[in-house]
Parts: sequence; structure tokens; C-alpha cells
Amino acid sequence: MELRVDQLAVARGGVTVLEGVSFALPAGRGLVLRGPNGIGKTTLLRTVAGLQPAAAGAVSAGAEAIAYAAHADGLKATLTVTENLAFWAAVYGTAAVEYALAQMNLLDLRDRQAANLSAGQKRRLGLARLLVTGRPIWVLDEPTVSLDTASVALFGDVVRGHMSRGGSVLIATHIDLGIEAEVLELGPYRARDGSQSSAFDAAFGGDFA
Amino acid sequence: MIALLVRDMRLAMRAGGGFGLGLAFFLLVAVLVPLGVGPNSALLAKIAPGILWVGALLACLLSLDRLFALDFEDGSLDLLVTAPIPLEGAVAIKALAHWLVTGLPLTLIAPVLGVLLNLPEAGYFWLVVSLALGTPALSVIGAFGAALTVGLKRGGLLLSLLVLPLYVPTLIFGAEVVKRGADGMATATPLALLAAITAGVAALLPFASAAAIRINLR
Repeated sequence: MELRVDQLAVARGGVTVLEGVSFALPAGRGLVLRGPNGIGKTTLLRTVAGLQPAAAGAVSAGAEAIAYAAHADGLKATLTVTENLAFWAAVYGTAAVEYALAQMNLLDLRDRQAANLSAGQKRRLGLARLLVTGRPIWVLDEPTVSLDTASVALFGDVVRGHMSRGGSVLIATHIDLGIEAEVLELGPYRARDGSQSSAFDAAFGGDFA
Repeated sequence: MIALLVRDMRLAMRAGGGFGLGLAFFLLVAVLVPLGVGPNSALLAKIAPGILWVGALLACLLSLDRLFALDFEDGSLDLLVTAPIPLEGAVAIKALAHWLVTGLPLTLIAPVLGVLLNLPEAGYFWLVVSLALGTPALSVIGAFGAALTVGLKRGGLLLSLLVLPLYVPTLIFGAEVVKRGADGMATATPLALLAAITAGVAALLPFASAAAIRINLR
């Protein structure tokens, strides 16, 4: 499934941060977003994932094709590793828990409570969730934070495997995952005037301001 | 959907979950009120329906601010919104889980606490019936308040202020059912109104709550 983004403008806190962003991400390909802190990478990814409406423009792929992984892993500290993954597998209607555990090297930790995992292990569990969603387009926001080099390489393999099965990856990262992907610099898309609309209008879609 | 219910129940039962908090509060109210009011059993019998309903209502309120706030803080609310279950259904399920760990235990323990408050014999049946019919409304309305205040720091205060007026009709008709039942009068009218409130909010408010969450996540 192809992800097309057409003349997209995104707003954070009522201020347009990026505008005119267009790209196409065919199945089996990867696209890396680059840009300085605060340029709107997270905002763009949240818009593509359907968590917030676009200020202008359109995202073609439906939100139901996209699996989104944010800064926070969405883990429950009092559930075990397996329980955390099994919940998401049930929500997405897949049965890939064992496969995901093996892929992210979590089999030895499977019965441990998420509260007792290290930051890097939590991150690996958070990324393992992507494998149980069964969705073709992964939208990843700084997925390698707090991962060591071995885990980064492991995750690079997982992403390559996903792409070889026809999945695609849209990823905001500053480090090299070792995947074949095009790079999109967001600098040229920075919104020029930063046109301000109030949060009230943004929330209720009013053009009456 | 079932998975979400199972997860929320499991989280509530594990250490650090909210299970037992409301129950303990309800117990405290019912134990302390007779000590404060004094050993006048006729007076106690008269105020028992009101005290029990107010206690149940405040006990429900106690754990509401955690309903969506915990999921918001650890990022799982974002992931739930992008998951293939409708957010309206997820909200309804979370309200149901809240009722199962607060409203239902409160309903079951209320007759025992009725003894402490010298509730007249005829009132016990109506106490259980009115709580069973009314506490689901408390959870659903509370979920709406929690959805409106999700993402706010210290949203608990605002949540209480928003939710308390919405709780008033349920409280009035719920306590009225018990009062009339205890006095041996007909309870059909307040009971029907109580059931109507619960049915109405359960049908409508999940949609409002889901819309509020979507706006708050932007």
C-alpha cells in the first residue's frame, strides 16, 4: 500500500510549523525525515498517523493502514512483557506475539513485569508492538532512543525484514539504521509566516475568527 | 474490546491499581457517620439512604481522574486512538471496567453498611436495586469528565467540579428510591427516572467522551 502526502501543512498549538510537504512512499520502501529540533517532525508524523487533523493538504493512506510508534511506549508497568504484547495483538486481531518476542530478542524477559525492564528493554518491547499490529505502513518517531548499538542493529534488521515483505517505513531519526531509505530534509518546508489560529478554532474547525 | 476490558481489570487488581480505594472510602463514611451523629437510631434510619448514596457517589469520584490520565501519561491513549477499535467503544469499555471495580463492589457491600446506619428492613432490597441501576451512570458520566480533563495537570479538581452537578439527578432519584422503599411507599417513579438517566447517559456520553479525547490529544 502506498502512502501519499500531498501539499500537507501541519500545526502545533495553533501555529503552522510545516507547509507544502509532499512525498510518496511506495510499498517496500523507506523514507527518513530529517530536520533540526522543533521543526515539526513529531507533528508531521502525528498528522500522518491520524492523531490530529491536517491544517491543509491530504494524506492518502487511511489511518487503518498505519502503525504509529511515538516517544512513549504505551507500556503498563504492572503487566508482564507477554501480557503487554498480547493485549495489542488482541486489539489488532493478530497472533504474532511469539514471533515479535523472538524478533526483538525479548524471549528471556517474557515473564518479567514491564516495571523491571531497563529503558532500552522497554523501548524494544514498545517496538515489538509494531510487529503484532500487522499493518503495512510503520510511522516511527525517534525509534532508537535509549537503544544500544546491538539493539539498533537488531531493530534495523526488523525494519529491513518488514520492507522486504512489502511494508513501508516513515521514520524520523538522526542515526543511521542501516536501511536503504530516501532522506527528506524538512528545512525547506518550514512555514513562512507561522500563521496563528486559536486553539479554539482548531478544535472546532471554525472559519469564523 | 474484550482485551481492553481484561487489561483494565487486571491493572486494577494488580498492586498500585485503584481496586479497593473506593470501597475503603465507602466503608469509612458508613462507619464514621454514626459516630458523628450519635446513637439516635431513629435519626440514623432517617438519614441512612442519603448517607449511603452520597458515600457511594464520592467513592466513585475518587478513582475517576486515573481513568484516562494513566493511559495518557504512558502514551497508550495515543496508541488506542490509532488502534482498530472505535474510540467510542473503548471509552464505553473503560467506563464499564471502572464500574466493575468500583460501582459493583459498592453495590454488593452497601447492605452490610446499611446495618451500621440502621437502615429499615424494607430498604435493603431497594438500596441494592437503586445502586445497581444508578452507579453505572456515575461511571459513564465520570468517564466523560475524565475525557474532558485528560492531559491537564492536576485535572482532578476541575473533573470534580464538572462532574458533581451532572451527578445530582442520579443522587436525588437514587436516594429517593431507597427512602420510599424503606418507608414502604411506591418506588416505581424514581426508579424509572433513575433507569432512564443511566440508559440515556450510557447511550450518548461515550460519543461525547470520544470527541473530547480526540480534541485533547491534538
